[in-house]
Amino acid sequence: MRRIRLEARPVPSRAMRYLSPLVAAALTVVVGFVVFSALGRDPFAAFHAFFVKPVSTVNGVAELLLKASPLMMIATGLAVGFRANVWNIGAEGQLILGAILGGGVALYMEGAASGWVLAVMVLAGAVGGMAWAAIPAFLRTRFNASEILTSLMLTYVAALLLSYLVHGPWRDPQGFNFPQSKMFDDALLFPLLLEGTRLNASVFLALAVVAAGWVFVHKSFLGYQMRVAGLADAAARYAGFSANRTVWLGMLAGGGAAGIAGLAEVAGPIGQLTPSISPGYGFAAIIVAFVGRLNPLGIVLASLLMSLLYLGGEQAQMELRLPSAITGLFQGMLLFFLLGADVLINYRLKTLRPGRPAAAGSAA
Amino acid sequence: MTDALVPILVATLAAGTPLVFAALGELVAEKSGVLNLGVEGMMLCGAIAGFAATAATGSATAGMLAGVAAGAATALVFAVLTLTLQANQVAAGLALSIFGVGLSAFAGKPFESIALTAPQAFAIPVLSGIPVLGPVLFAQQPLVYLSWALFGLVSWFLYRTRAGLVLRAVGESPVSANAIGYPVIGIRYLATLFGGAMAGVGGAFLSVIYTPMWAENMTAGRGWIALALVVFATWRPGRVLAGAYLFGGVTIAQFFAQGAGAAIPSQLLSSLPYLATIAVLVLISRNPNVIRLNAPVSLGKSYHPDS
Repeated sequence: MRRIRLEARPVPSRAMRYLSPLVAAALTVVVGFVVFSALGRDPFAAFHAFFVKPVSTVNGVAELLLKASPLMMIATGLAVGFRANVWNIGAEGQLILGAILGGGVALYMEGAASGWVLAVMVLAGAVGGMAWAAIPAFLRTRFNASEILTSLMLTYVAALLLSYLVHGPWRDPQGFNFPQSKMFDDALLFPLLLEGTRLNASVFLALAVVAAGWVFVHKSFLGYQMRVAGLADAAARYAGFSANRTVWLGMLAGGGAAGIAGLAEVAGPIGQLTPSISPGYGFAAIIVAFVGRLNPLGIVLASLLMSLLYLGGEQAQMELRLPSAITGLFQGMLLFFLLGADVLINYRLKTLRPGRPAAAGSAA
Repeated sequence: MTDALVPILVATLAAGTPLVFAALGELVAEKSGVLNLGVEGMMLCGAIAGFAATAATGSATAGMLAGVAAGAATALVFAVLTLTLQANQVAAGLALSIFGVGLSAFAGKPFESIALTAPQAFAIPVLSGIPVLGPVLFAQQPLVYLSWALFGLVSWFLYRTRAGLVLRAVGESPVSANAIGYPVIGIRYLATLFGGAMAGVGGAFLSVIYTPMWAENMTAGRGWIALALVVFATWRPGRVLAGAYLFGGVTIAQFFAQGAGAAIPSQLLSSLPYLATIAVLVLISRNPNVIRLNAPVSLGKSYHPDS
């Protein structure tokens, strides 16, 4: 009988660090095959519907980029905090506040439509997201309250605030009593990039946010301090880097990015404020950040994969009559497999044979 | 006046019960040093499993057992990741919550239009005849009595038994516990599974008894509130119980305020439990010594026997 056990590697494996997301994606696909078979669907047809069909048309590719944009933006912002062990998991709520503040500008500036108003809306979106993220940052730095729990609680409050606004003061009087605001002025929406699709200029905004995140993390002294804080807390304190500033920056980066993403949704494909403006981008972005290894290029790739899971879920609903909630199932699975595969970064597998306990039968 | 109070108190106890189960389970896991942020996901999986089992068999007991099984099964995934594969507990807990939301939504689609009939409350003879206290405390769902039994059991186990002492030792110093010869990983596995099973019952109570129906994300953050409760209770079972009913009260207060026609937006009332969670977290965390003295020392830290 063989026993497999984990043995610590002398140095973490760089190769595994980058292979692990691929392993996770592959395992997700394999389990997907099993799940589809178990549900009585032809797994190859299901695979085709899930991963190939959605991106086999120009419109499909446009949708892929459209949905990847908020994911890469938010994940970039969250990664700044995650690197420093600041766990902002309330990006969904910060996204909503960005949509409320930025969308509020659009509603109040109706008629004054011009390019600069859209710029103000983006700014207001960022401010809204940051303001919502500032609450957990303040409670953490001032009162030591866990930002994990407070940021998540505020997500529910944000959703209720949006619901109040579209049911009450901001409801469109000509909207047949539907809980939604007026449509924003056409001039206040991001311009479309491709006729006949929903892809709009906010995709450039997303890339700009990713680039800005890269510059901040890798090229700025503040970003360096935060990386040190995440890797070696004691060293950071010894060097005199402020722990509170790390929390503030980590929270505000995620909040600002999520706020812009929220504004881009309402000033993009949605075009107004409605009670539900995001299919969980704020939570999915957490997975994107991890699967992308908190690294800009990785995040862009991971956001495309996660976006594909959203599209695949919609396709599966239409073609295979499976609930589109299957998207969440695959998203969660992807993160599980990633965390599991990550063990091979710091450990390698050793098989032990009876009688030769010290045998070096490496299987890694 | 007291007559008007009875239904409010009865409802408060019922609303607090899922939190009692989930938070006591998480308390035991955290006492062993395992921080499982996946309570929300485990509750949702317990809720849909319990609902499906009850819908299929007509038995609420079967539903609760299914909730236990589903909660423990999801906790097992978390345990393998964090205890065997050394994954970061915070990340794995988040993953479990996200996964649980997705899995329960997927599995629950066919059950969305089904309604169950809640089982009858069980009035304990004689005791339920006591004015006010009787109907409040002794004419409840059997599961409410069970939650009190669980409270007694957990308190007794943690502080009055040798096994409880070992579990707490593992949470304080896994290295010392291992040196004495206790199987740290095995104990943490059991504590994590227990936490999952209790979260599963809490979820099943919601979907089978409290509001006998299934809706996507129906726990509405109760799993996270249970996590906050454990901190608020400074890891003590008695305070967990008190805190759970406090939150039950806040949840119920909004319904009665709405019913009484209070001129407050319903969304503001609905956000009260979340705001209250933030408030109590701030109150208890304000003094870092309170947390440092009460939290299990190794909470959330990975442990590998070789290192």
